[in-house]
Amino acid sequence: MTDAERRGTKLGIGERRSVVIGVGALAWLVGLLWIFPVAWTVLTSFKTEDDAAAQTLHQGLSFGRYSDIGHSTQGTLSLQSAFTNSLVVVLVSTTIVMLLALPAAYALAIRPIHKWRDVLFFFISTKFLPIVASIFPIYVYAEKWNLIGTRTVLIILYIAINLPLAIWMLRSFFKEIPRELIEAAEIDGTNLYNQLRTVILPIAAPGIAATALLCVIFAWNEYFYALQLNFASASTMPQWVTSNVSTRGNFLAKLSAASVIACLPVVIAGWATQKRMIRGLSMGALK
Amino acid sequence: MTATAADATLPRGKVGDPFSSAWRRRLPLLPALLYMVAITQLPFLVSIYYSLTDLKDKTQSLIPEPTKFVGFENYRRIFSDPFFRQAMWTSVKMTVLSVVLSLFIGTLFAVLLDRKFFGRGLIRTLLITPFLLMPVVAALIWKQQMFSSLFGVLNKVLTFLGLSSVAFISDHPLGSIVTVLVWQWTPFMMLIVLAGLQSQPSDILEAADVDGASGFGIFRQLTLPHLRPYLELGALLGSIYIVQAFDAIDVMTGGGPGSTNVPYYVYQESIGGGFRYGSASAYAIVVVVFSIIIATLALRLLSSLFRDEDRA
Repeated sequence: MTDAERRGTKLGIGERRSVVIGVGALAWLVGLLWIFPVAWTVLTSFKTEDDAAAQTLHQGLSFGRYSDIGHSTQGTLSLQSAFTNSLVVVLVSTTIVMLLALPAAYALAIRPIHKWRDVLFFFISTKFLPIVASIFPIYVYAEKWNLIGTRTVLIILYIAINLPLAIWMLRSFFKEIPRELIEAAEIDGTNLYNQLRTVILPIAAPGIAATALLCVIFAWNEYFYALQLNFASASTMPQWVTSNVSTRGNFLAKLSAASVIACLPVVIAGWATQKRMIRGLSMGALK
Repeated sequence: MTATAADATLPRGKVGDPFSSAWRRRLPLLPALLYMVAITQLPFLVSIYYSLTDLKDKTQSLIPEPTKFVGFENYRRIFSDPFFRQAMWTSVKMTVLSVVLSLFIGTLFAVLLDRKFFGRGLIRTLLITPFLLMPVVAALIWKQQMFSSLFGVLNKVLTFLGLSSVAFISDHPLGSIVTVLVWQWTPFMMLIVLAGLQSQPSDILEAADVDGASGFGIFRQLTLPHLRPYLELGALLGSIYIVQAFDAIDVMTGGGPGSTNVPYYVYQESIGGGFRYGSASAYAIVVVVFSIIIATLALRLLSSLFRDEDRA
């Protein structure tokens, strides 16, 4: 990797060993401090409720809370249905986002239309509109069309949430594709679909995957629409997590286990793609 | 959605393309564009209409019909509403504090992570984790595990040190929410700044080093100007999301005094319990106008980032 090489040369210069060790120790300290609330929650999720409430550890660790959260009272949102709802909403919305964003990014990056910048600005500017400014009309029409409490309404809205970001990121990844390759395909008279399939997608695949994953993360974590437009039994994982807060008895260990389960899929996905996601976000404006 | 061979051989980006060919170029863009217009702009127009009525929902039957056209009455009332003014002020404080702090701490972290040390990849992975958490979970973790006066770790530590415990969330609602937002957004800022640091050409740094420039001097005179667009980008993207913060407020305080930002206030006025849709829509429109002003400024900033690309 060129990155590693450059780092290697950049280091060595006038750097004392004690400085290197000091920097490393400081970074470790900072990293552990930042992760502490998460680590503590993971630990708590294995405790008994008594230990969790007292923040002590007398009764050992077990997977007990993880089996507790699988059971739910009749009529409330169960883990199974919340998970299924989340999965369907996230996968369908992300697929549609990508189907809309890929051609759009093509028209903005590879064969940029006249005034492409205005169009890109329009997409980004929709992110500035406060969600609350439109939630009530959306609510009224969702009600009129019998969409309240369905996955469909969440899918429709999550597409709108993620589309600007996806176009922004894909455009930046497309910009990195060598011109000559696309021009060669154009001279061959390849149409858009085939250009995408044979030239653009293979090269931009890692970037496209990172973009899709970012859409998955934002859709998976979305709470406001899910809360407003979906009643308990049809809602998604964020609302299921909050349903584990109880006003009777101790709930901290159970809530911790629920938090771990709810966040784990997205955290792992994010760990796997951390570098590319940021490249896509930053290059979008900077390259 | 296909471009013909004739179209493909046209010179790129030429202004004044034949009309039909220009539209063929735009075609791939249209589905996405129409979708965004339909889902984001149409409801906004409906909101404008509602804002001119005294639409209410006293029975909470969910579909009230506009009762009376009141013109700009709702707008007139906004500026005499002390709660709205307070919410505006809270929004400004919450956003500016969170963005500035996370950008500052994120830059420090990025500078650390730009060095080579044992376990760098692991530390970076640990540091980005809070950004990946559901905002709801992040808020719950801090509320129940850290800040809580009942079970909170922070208060256990304070008591252990012989200090008196603090009711973090009820006494410092804004500070508590900003803490969570900064905790989540610092990793994001760190990664963007890190991308900037790593794109810095190393030969210039080496030359400066050979010339005997101090580490801090190099940072201030070379690295910081280079980072500027990255910092601006981080501030822009961070503000977009943080100004709309809802989850953390809903979970942590449920919008008490001092922690209700504008989105939360509009929510409380309408579907969150007030059901005064007419006036809530007017609030929302005012917020949009403010957002547009700020967004225009921000995008002007962004267009300076795009300048180099205009050759395309």
